[in-house]
Amino acid sequence: MRVVVCVKHVPDIQSERRFRADGLLERGGDDDTLNELDEDALEAGLRLVEAHPPAEGDDPHDVVVLTVGPAAAVDALRRGLAMGATTAVHVLDAGVEGSDALATARVLGAAVAALHAESPVDVVVAGMAGLDGLTSLVPAALAAVLDWPQLTLADRIDVDPAARTVEVRRETSTAVETLTAPLPVVVSVTDQAFRARFPAFTGILAARKAPVRVLDLAALGLDPATVGLQGSTTRVLETSERPERPDRVLVTDDGSAALALADYLAQKGFA
Amino acid sequence: MSTTVLVLVDHEGARVHPTATELLTLARSLADDVRAVWIDEGPTGPDAAARELLGRFGASGVVPVQVTGADPHLTATVVDGLRAVLGAVPASLLLLGSTFEDREVAARLAVLTGGGVVTGATTVVRDGDGRFVAGKEVLAGSWSSRCAITGDLAVVTVKPHSTQAVPVDAPVAAVAAEPVVVEASAAARAVTVVERAPRPASDRPSLADAEVVVVGGRGTNGDFAPLEELADVLGGAVGATRVATDEGWIGHEAQVGQTGVTISPRLYVGAGVSGAVHHRGGMDAAVTVVAVNEDPDAPIFEFADYGIVGDLTEVVPALTQELRRRREARAGS
Repeated sequence: MRVVVCVKHVPDIQSERRFRADGLLERGGDDDTLNELDEDALEAGLRLVEAHPPAEGDDPHDVVVLTVGPAAAVDALRRGLAMGATTAVHVLDAGVEGSDALATARVLGAAVAALHAESPVDVVVAGMAGLDGLTSLVPAALAAVLDWPQLTLADRIDVDPAARTVEVRRETSTAVETLTAPLPVVVSVTDQAFRARFPAFTGILAARKAPVRVLDLAALGLDPATVGLQGSTTRVLETSERPERPDRVLVTDDGSAALALADYLAQKGFA
Repeated sequence: MSTTVLVLVDHEGARVHPTATELLTLARSLADDVRAVWIDEGPTGPDAAARELLGRFGASGVVPVQVTGADPHLTATVVDGLRAVLGAVPASLLLLGSTFEDREVAARLAVLTGGGVVTGATTVVRDGDGRFVAGKEVLAGSWSSRCAITGDLAVVTVKPHSTQAVPVDAPVAAVAAEPVVVEASAAARAVTVVERAPRPASDRPSLADAEVVVVGGRGTNGDFAPLEELADVLGGAVGATRVATDEGWIGHEAQVGQTGVTISPRLYVGAGVSGAVHHRGGMDAAVTVVAVNEDPDAPIFEFADYGIVGDLTEVVPALTQELRRRREARAGS
């Protein structure tokens, strides 16, 4: 089985995150880290292959950790390798900078397609969101780019290697569903069911020295006009730090706070 | 040149989800021609009451859509329907809600049409060049951004309550157009629904749409009963932080946060909620934020409009009781 896990290197959400003057998020700081929701995707990908040990004579499983991002994003790949991924692929090209979610999905799609052409990919796993943009657009966009079925926001994934199908359980805003589709598919996972393993020390050491395959846009056959700022169909016009909420009230309860709050709510039209 | 805006109507059977009225109100601020898109299992479209409602909030017409051969709830199916509508009704903007399902529809549709997407918008305007510009809160509410959509089709997912639904002056029931019936694509047919169990209905408004949300965190120590009573007197829904759902104090579907339900109520009341960035990312568009917490250093006090440092087991029931007393006094007068 061959699984590709898409990961992103993002600014730590506990750090002071900022936009640059050109409207792009400041990246590459020391606090940048593997998007924690992608750790769940890695865990899900690793569990998929572990559930089905290769039969004798079969090729060993391959769990590819794939990222698109600047040079520093290699840290996210090393984290994936330390957790147990067997291959790391980094799409690194100055032309990618400024890609919006859909342009990023085009780059990821081209990378998955290139890997698939070399040796078939069965499942692509993504996290439910990047903690920087929080759009949750990429998994569905990637499925559309690849023209593979999408099974998103899964909290259980079962692959049937003989039937070449995958079944997922998911909770939508209105229902709990079990869906199935033929391989290859794009799956995204929630943060509920795949608590990521902590890498072993030996894994961390090995990951430092493991090779990382670097691909640029030319290697993927991507026209630079279709990615980056010029290939994006959204354009950030303005970003600004939000001012503090005006007229904030902070009181310590002396037994009368509930009454004062009731007055406040009445004044706002809620009571 | 006249502009047509489509609004994807979220509905359960004949019942129209309240976000539709907000989206229609927003749509008519952007264009004269506003069409509601009604995707359903059959081709008949909305009933008279639903057409009246859609018309009252500004839909000049409604396009019934049936996609045959695939489950109507799947992302790929919805997108098949929307693409067929766009073939019949050229539009420059599609507005839809902001659930995870809506965002997936937006992503797929934009990839397949060369469109551009902004998710979780709280404002949409048109700039001097005729582009649609969406504003939103980002980085867990610490920044805001404005983004122009340059693709062939603008697709914007809009947060609940970011527009107040306002009826038109002279309402006319939306006229149902000829149904659009289209066969599902291979991508839609590839996914099979083995089982679907709808969530049980609740008497309270749904978390994502509620105008008032009372959220409990670690500080509740698992007792949500006083929060439920407060929510009921305010006509609101009850939510929870990740800690509270992980502890099993309340179901996971109540989790408010960047990986749970995104809420944008007019009033948010946090009881025993610290206000960590993971939580804030799911409520950063709340209009008025009230917080009760014992810890004066809780981060929630950095962005609460009204903060009370105190014991929630005293403050919350006292507030409920006072609100109830006032209501009864009004009813009696």
